Amino acid sequence: MSKSLNLYAGSALGVGLTLMAAYTFADRNVADAPANPPVLAAAPAQLPSAHAPAQAAATASTDQAVGLFIGAAHADTMTDGARFGLGREALPEEVAAWNVDVSPDGTGLPDGSGTAMEGEPLFEETCAACHGSFAEGVGNWPKLAGGDGTLADADPLKTVGSYWPYLSTVWDYVHRSMPFGNAQSLSDDEVYAIVAYILYSNDMIEDDFELSRETWDQVEMENADGFIVDDRAEAEYAAWRTEPCMEDCKDTVEITMRATVLDVTPEEDTSPTEAATEMNHSNDAATVQPEEEPEKADAEVQEVAAEAPAAPDPELVAAGEKVFRKCKACHQVGEGAANRTGPVLNGVVGADIAGVEDFNYSGAMSSMEGNWTVEALSAFLAKPRDYVKGTKMAFAGLRKDEDIAAVIAYLQAQD
Amino acid sequence: MSDTPSEKSPGLASRRQFLSGAAALGAGAVAATGARAAGPDPLITEVQDWATGLGDGVDATPYGLPIRFEDDVIRRNVDWLTADTISSINFTPIHALDGTITPAGCAFERHHSGAIELAKDDYRLMINGLVDRPLVFTYADLERFPREQQVYFCECAANTGMEWAGAQLNGVQFTHGMIHNMEYTGVPLRTLLAEAGLDLAGDLSEKWVYVEGADASSNGRSIPMDKALDDVLVAFKANGEALRKEHGYPVRLVVPGWEGNMWVKWLRRIEVTDRPVESREETSKYTDTLADGTSRKWTWVMDAKSVVTSPSPQAPITHGPGPMVITGMAWSGHGKITRVDVSKDGGKTWETARLAQDGANKALARFYLDTTWEGEDWLLQSRAIDETGYVQPTKAQLRAVRGLNSIYHNNCIQTWHVKANGEAENVEVS
Repeated sequence: MSKSLNLYAGSALGVGLTLMAAYTFADRNVADAPANPPVLAAAPAQLPSAHAPAQAAATASTDQAVGLFIGAAHADTMTDGARFGLGREALPEEVAAWNVDVSPDGTGLPDGSGTAMEGEPLFEETCAACHGSFAEGVGNWPKLAGGDGTLADADPLKTVGSYWPYLSTVWDYVHRSMPFGNAQSLSDDEVYAIVAYILYSNDMIEDDFELSRETWDQVEMENADGFIVDDRAEAEYAAWRTEPCMEDCKDTVEITMRATVLDVTPEEDTSPTEAATEMNHSNDAATVQPEEEPEKADAEVQEVAAEAPAAPDPELVAAGEKVFRKCKACHQVGEGAANRTGPVLNGVVGADIAGVEDFNYSGAMSSMEGNWTVEALSAFLAKPRDYVKGTKMAFAGLRKDEDIAAVIAYLQAQD
Repeated sequence: MSDTPSEKSPGLASRRQFLSGAAALGAGAVAATGARAAGPDPLITEVQDWATGLGDGVDATPYGLPIRFEDDVIRRNVDWLTADTISSINFTPIHALDGTITPAGCAFERHHSGAIELAKDDYRLMINGLVDRPLVFTYADLERFPREQQVYFCECAANTGMEWAGAQLNGVQFTHGMIHNMEYTGVPLRTLLAEAGLDLAGDLSEKWVYVEGADASSNGRSIPMDKALDDVLVAFKANGEALRKEHGYPVRLVVPGWEGNMWVKWLRRIEVTDRPVESREETSKYTDTLADGTSRKWTWVMDAKSVVTSPSPQAPITHGPGPMVITGMAWSGHGKITRVDVSKDGGKTWETARLAQDGANKALARFYLDTTWEGEDWLLQSRAIDETGYVQPTKAQLRAVRGLNSIYHNNCIQTWHVKANGEAENVEVS
């Protein structure tokens, strides 16, 4: 899913405590703020230009934005502009194919319906890998439920329930952009059902509530009135468009916080894991092989070599690369690939099942014997949860045999 | 010349190693500049390999990359920020750049469903909604309209967003690197809207334009008609060449002065509407939550902002006391930068820096302060002023109005603590 920039996301990654400290420090700073105001005190007027106030006023009015006055000049430009006769008419079928956005009043909603009960298995199958079975979110992926009443807290939890002002946005986004890596694959009924399940997870509807165009208006969004239109022009600009202080702007200056205390800045060297991965990809593997278990690594290489057919058909590999887009949300391949929601898949064809080090497999997967032969992979990819009952992989499976063959060829090319 | 020179790429060293190395280097430099050279420099007195052998032929790199000694000047991401790089952001290495134009190869990326490959031949742009003639353009069609060329900055609304609660990331690349500045070539959006005809739309003052991308995220934003008819470009070239894949090849929207999320990449559809669509990216994201829990929406303009890029944590002083240049960049979504002030004492006193060129409309300005460092501690700050008289605020001023949870639009004055050994650290001051 197009997840948020989780800007205070440290908690999930072990820096929560330090960030909390950051907040505490910052909070103190805010409390102290009135004590050091003179930055904007009157000062020698070097600049800005004399007509700045007039410009400021003009900008302020346009900044109110939504009132939207259109300059007459614009309208004239529009009507006077000669047409070039370029492009062609958009056919109704074409407009219908792309013009699928849904407005807050429900305009654009198609026929269809769904309940949370119907949505639950769909959500489990197509959404839960990232959003959790209860829409509570997995790791850094977006949380879709919870957070009621937290918006004024130190660490607000913004979800469909606690934050999103319009139901239309949920339907529109699930319909057009989800699931991550397989967008626009859901039927309209499935979208209604999944949206209903998300609402149900937020205690907004009952599990038998049938969501449709007809029942649309019955759903109340908790934070519908929680937004104001940009008011910076009034709340900020007026106060900050003043002549800035140049000398004696404050009595004392003290450092109140340091970034190095938090230590969340990315290092510029490669981490041990990445370094090891790079080493494994090196042509000169013999000299840079990681010290641990060199024999095992060699053995795996030999096994793969023994199993792999001569060379995968390049066209099939190319087709497989497209199919693999459905997998990319959770799996990485290629140089620098690392474990994500799913294990790294370099060299997976022929490798030990559950053989990627440092990946936390399900018990079901760990207890599997044998190797990922082409046959085993084909069966697994057709119906993952039938082949490995209890696997954490939420993917429903590839329906077409040719897609399975293609993606396996692609994976064979990722050694 | 294929022999490996003795230089070791700095990219292999960790930042901390680099910084401690830099400090040592600084000390060495003090000695070197403080005393006469110990002896003749072998780089001068001995004939070097490069002065003897031959270099690469002309086609060695048909499309060139920077020389390998610069291979640490790259985009970087912050791993813990997002769940996956497919929907994430990285940061321009602004600490290592000068001038104003951002090279495309290191200009920050922000994708919601990954950077897609969309060929020009497969490209279609639709205009529909309240227009007289719904139209479809090919890429070739777009190149036949009269075009414009302008330099604009593109800043993610979340730039500096990790710093609301306190000084957190120790590098200007990470605190301010969600920005680039390129020269765009494209067709004004108003030209395309005129081609489709706006008579049907009637009174334009209450109309909107919804713009949408072709990638799986289907990123879409609603833009009020007055902006759409003002300076928005449907762009296909940046810095003279085709847009890079990661910047929306073959066509992206350029929305000068407004938050980067609206600069829809892989632009495929423009819909004239009588109301905003209220898409995900303009409701659940890119809205700014205030201390009381209410949130500002439609916060499109990027207010005036500046930052010192050198010295900074990733660009410490390595030469010891003496003459030096403090440099940085400034920009404003309201128009031109008219002035930048620099403080070395955390905002007690300010001096006005030199703009390398006159500020340009909604584009980066480069500033220099030619000064002398005696090895003292600095609390280095910069403060931008734009042509509307807007003065870049302190973090305390912003927090007093917005609280700590706005995430977006943090344009506060940044402080670097430059220490006696030349290192710099991201700090907050009273």
